[in-house]
Amino acid sequence: MSAARSASVAPKGPAKPASRLLLGGAVVGLAGLALLWLVFSLWAAGQAMTAVGALALGGSALYVYGTAQSVAWKYLFPGVAGMLLFVAFPLLYTVQIGFTNYSSSNLLEEARARAYLLDQRVADEAGSRAFTLHADGNAHRIRLLPEEGGSEVLVSPPLDLSAVPAAPVILQPQGAAVLPAPATLKDLVRLREPLARLQLQLPDGRVIRYVGLREFGHITELWKPGPEGGVIETTTNTVFKPNRATGFFENAAGERMQPGFKVGIGFANYTRMLLDADFRGPFVSIFFWTVAFAGLTVLFSTALGMTLAVLLEWPALKHRTLYRTLLFLPYAVPGFISILVFKGLFNQNFGEINGILNALLGVRPAWFADPLLAKVMILIVNTWLGYPYIMILCSGLIKAIPGDLYEASAIAGAKPLTNFFKITAPLIAKPLTPLLISAFAFNFNNFVLISLLTDGRPDFLNTKLPAGTTDILVSYTYRIAFTDSGQNFGLAAAISTLIFVMVAVMAMVQLKITQRSERAAR
Amino acid sequence: MIVTGRSQRWRIFAAHAGLWVLLAFTLFPLLAVVSISLRPGNFATGSLIPTTISFEHWQLALGIPVTQADGTIVQPPFPVLLWLWNSIKIATISALLIVAISTTAAYAFARLKFARKQFILNSMLLLQMFPVAVALVAIYAIFEGIGTQVPWLGIETHAGLIVAYLGGVAMHIWTIKGYFETIPQEIEENAKVDGATHWQAFRHVLLPMAVPILMVVFVLAFIGTIIEYPVASILLREEPNLTLAVGSKFYLYEQKYLWGDFAAAAVLSGLPITLVFLLAQKWIVSGLTAGGVKG
Repeated sequence: MSAARSASVAPKGPAKPASRLLLGGAVVGLAGLALLWLVFSLWAAGQAMTAVGALALGGSALYVYGTAQSVAWKYLFPGVAGMLLFVAFPLLYTVQIGFTNYSSSNLLEEARARAYLLDQRVADEAGSRAFTLHADGNAHRIRLLPEEGGSEVLVSPPLDLSAVPAAPVILQPQGAAVLPAPATLKDLVRLREPLARLQLQLPDGRVIRYVGLREFGHITELWKPGPEGGVIETTTNTVFKPNRATGFFENAAGERMQPGFKVGIGFANYTRMLLDADFRGPFVSIFFWTVAFAGLTVLFSTALGMTLAVLLEWPALKHRTLYRTLLFLPYAVPGFISILVFKGLFNQNFGEINGILNALLGVRPAWFADPLLAKVMILIVNTWLGYPYIMILCSGLIKAIPGDLYEASAIAGAKPLTNFFKITAPLIAKPLTPLLISAFAFNFNNFVLISLLTDGRPDFLNTKLPAGTTDILVSYTYRIAFTDSGQNFGLAAAISTLIFVMVAVMAMVQLKITQRSERAAR
Repeated sequence: MIVTGRSQRWRIFAAHAGLWVLLAFTLFPLLAVVSISLRPGNFATGSLIPTTISFEHWQLALGIPVTQADGTIVQPPFPVLLWLWNSIKIATISALLIVAISTTAAYAFARLKFARKQFILNSMLLLQMFPVAVALVAIYAIFEGIGTQVPWLGIETHAGLIVAYLGGVAMHIWTIKGYFETIPQEIEENAKVDGATHWQAFRHVLLPMAVPILMVVFVLAFIGTIIEYPVASILLREEPNLTLAVGSKFYLYEQKYLWGDFAAAAVLSGLPITLVFLLAQKWIVSGLTAGGVKG
């Protein structure tokens, strides 16, 4: 059959015809141009990092597919690029964020934070004057009505609003000049942006700015540029200099201005985990709960799953296939559905579980309010979710054990328990270990379970950052980054980095053990 | 072979009894949710076998408004069918792309020679062990950046989510590579002797023989995508856009507790996925022993 298949493959023709080469060249050229355009527009939009990334990715794609350098990489590229972009890059980026103070109060780069401050203005209500806009050919003229109690009407020379001058425009008294009909509100809305950039100078030398759709007035800037990249508060003349260690504009007394900016703060996020007593308390208990949660889950699931696997391999037992299918069900139901079903079933007032417990024992445990009960509930649910996986793994491994071993032990008159401890357990322990380590690593980061079941609650009392007694490290990180009022991305990323290190260690151990057992098998 | 003694019979009985107790615990949540979906009201408690059957929750789950006894009309709280459709659409496209990407990469790893092959494969497997849930801040930032230039790939788009899922291919590459290695290389070499190119040998000789493992990987990727929660929950926020995994939790908020409606939606959406899983069970088990972990 294989011979027939290979014979059906068309034989390779002579060298590629010139027209195909030309076509290929044109496609590569077009793709190259499209890439350059994308990179340029990203760069122009201020997304320097993304632009570099797009250039690297697109450039290597062009190199791989445009040249005949490496056949292997033509096959590899999409997979490797996907992993680099959506797995490796986010990891590195996260590590980098962990060394900064990136958070909702330090969101912007320094230059943008300074620009934001310099843009802060207050309008002076008293001196504002109404205006009308008059189209004059392609240009516009502004007519400023008198102040309250005044009578002087001023007009501007014709202005090209598509190129607003940076210098103030000097106004003249209208005198006898006749202007066309004033522009409608619709036009004013349309021209709002260039008008906002316009500065008008009154005959007495004062400069006024656009303050509303129908008014120009005095605008006081709260800040003006100061020395050394600092800013000066105009009302008090206090100089605020950028402190690049803390990421804030500060005055001599150390007062800080919001918003701050993003700076590297070295290991501050890490020292906070170790040294800040308020933070360390919940952090340490969350860490130990994470380890206990993952360890106990694997322990219970393995105990249950292995027992079932051994039991279901017992030839004397009837209906084994039916049992196996039914016991497999928790694994087949999508996790997000079964977790939410349990959330409902454990509900203190309406849940079925408390209904049954109340009928039998007259108790209604507060599964979601009591820390210990919440942990027990999580372990029950996760064992329910996890044992079928171990059961399948163990069945597969037990099937691989040669049957004559059991026959020999039966002749020697061994009891089932002896069989298990002397034959089954030792033989499946080795191939099972790396799989159990990866199950541990998986549960160590079982974000979906915690997030959907308890969301980390009940919370610790008296903590600065909200922290839950059932939070594991990943769900705690998620809370710090996305739900906590501070949105402390830097701190969250630092904890994530810590998790990376632990996962990496587990992965290394697993790889070592797998390789050792593979070598032993050979 | 072995004489069935009295102790043996007792042991079999005990095993059956133990299994029945365990089955009761295992199946209780699944049966309970079916029963709850048929009970009238969102707060009613009752026996496992409902005494009065009402299809109001099912009607709402299917998107049909319900007229209550007092004349008020209850609108469906959430577009469950739309969410299911979103999930299936995203999962099908992602799974197809994942199969395509991992098959070609697995071919390179199994058959072609290139520098640092083992290193690249090991790094990919190692990278895959890092949970995506920890890098969510970075992933969000990346897609926000992409979205400013290419709006149809940004936040709140299904295309963006699909692209994000294409990073998770290492395990599938590993599975397919293992299968390719069981196919004798001579067959393709014969084809190459006959003048086939790499691509022809791959497309017309190797691929037709690898269809079973491609089906396994498709099903694994499909299910993996349909149950994915963390990335979908940060990239999709608007109600009509959500996938089932993200939307379902809105039923069970303290302030708005729709237990009965949730039960019907859960059965409706969970059943097809469960059936796919059970039908593909044999393949999935073989994929699992290769080391995959369900999320």
